[in-house]
Amino acid sequence: MVRVIAVAVAVAALLLAAGVFVLAWRNRPIGRAVLAGAAVVEALILAQVVGAIVLVAQGEHADEALTFILYLAASVVALPIGAWWAAGERSRSGTAVLGVAALVVAIMVQRLEQTWS
Amino acid sequence: MTTEAATETRTASEAPTAEAEPGAPGEASTSGGAVAPGRAGAPGARPTASGPGRLLVAVYAVFAVAATSRAFVQIVTKFHEAPVAYLLSAVAGVVYILATVGLTRSSAAGRRLAVVACSAELVGVLTVGTLSVVDGDLFPDEAVWSVYGQGYFFLPVLLPAIGLWWLRRTARLAA
Repeated sequence: MVRVIAVAVAVAALLLAAGVFVLAWRNRPIGRAVLAGAAVVEALILAQVVGAIVLVAQGEHADEALTFILYLAASVVALPIGAWWAAGERSRSGTAVLGVAALVVAIMVQRLEQTWS
Repeated sequence: MTTEAATETRTASEAPTAEAEPGAPGEASTSGGAVAPGRAGAPGARPTASGPGRLLVAVYAVFAVAATSRAFVQIVTKFHEAPVAYLLSAVAGVVYILATVGLTRSSAAGRRLAVVACSAELVGVLTVGTLSVVDGDLFPDEAVWSVYGQGYFFLPVLLPAIGLWWLRRTARLAA
């Protein structure tokens, strides 16, 4: 785990979640700005995947490899699936779905840190 | 594996969601004077996966994936350490998957499936929760339902209650 990226992902995901829940609270649909934010978080997650692969290639490894891989996979797919499910309905709840996905990302990163160290 | 629950939901999301206007779901019941009566089963039922139900399905899907993958890892890597707890995790995972699928279907069968799954979940979390409080040795490793889902912000005990309430509510609006 590249700690800098992990922290960046966690902070960005929490900011995204906060922003999206505010939108949901104000009953607004998801707009381009939010999608751009989600794309940034996703890009950071992918950077982390690359970082993890590089570290593993250098001989480092997680305590529980299988758990680590599953958490990593979950963090990668959470936002795309969340965005897809959110896009199915332009309502307050539809918007909130993306917030849940962002929270999942934050939790996944925290779990990833635990399995790595 | 991780996308399993999501692909299950794919078909259901294409069900009509037109009646869910922004902000309407909560207040819709007040104007329910002229609801089509007597249409048995699904056709007249309000979809369980729209409005707040959409959020509920999302949270259920997260739990379905989380519980199933965790049980999978536990059973594959260290089954002998706490077989009872790990098997229960697996059962919980399956129940969450069934509840997720049930809630995404607009059919009467989907509704029944969701009711059965949520009920089983409620009974399970209350039983396991109580047992784990009374005798901690029974569940040495944290399972989803240990201490009423303490490790998961107590969502495991709240979810089935909310799920059953939502199913009743949408059924009543449809009737």
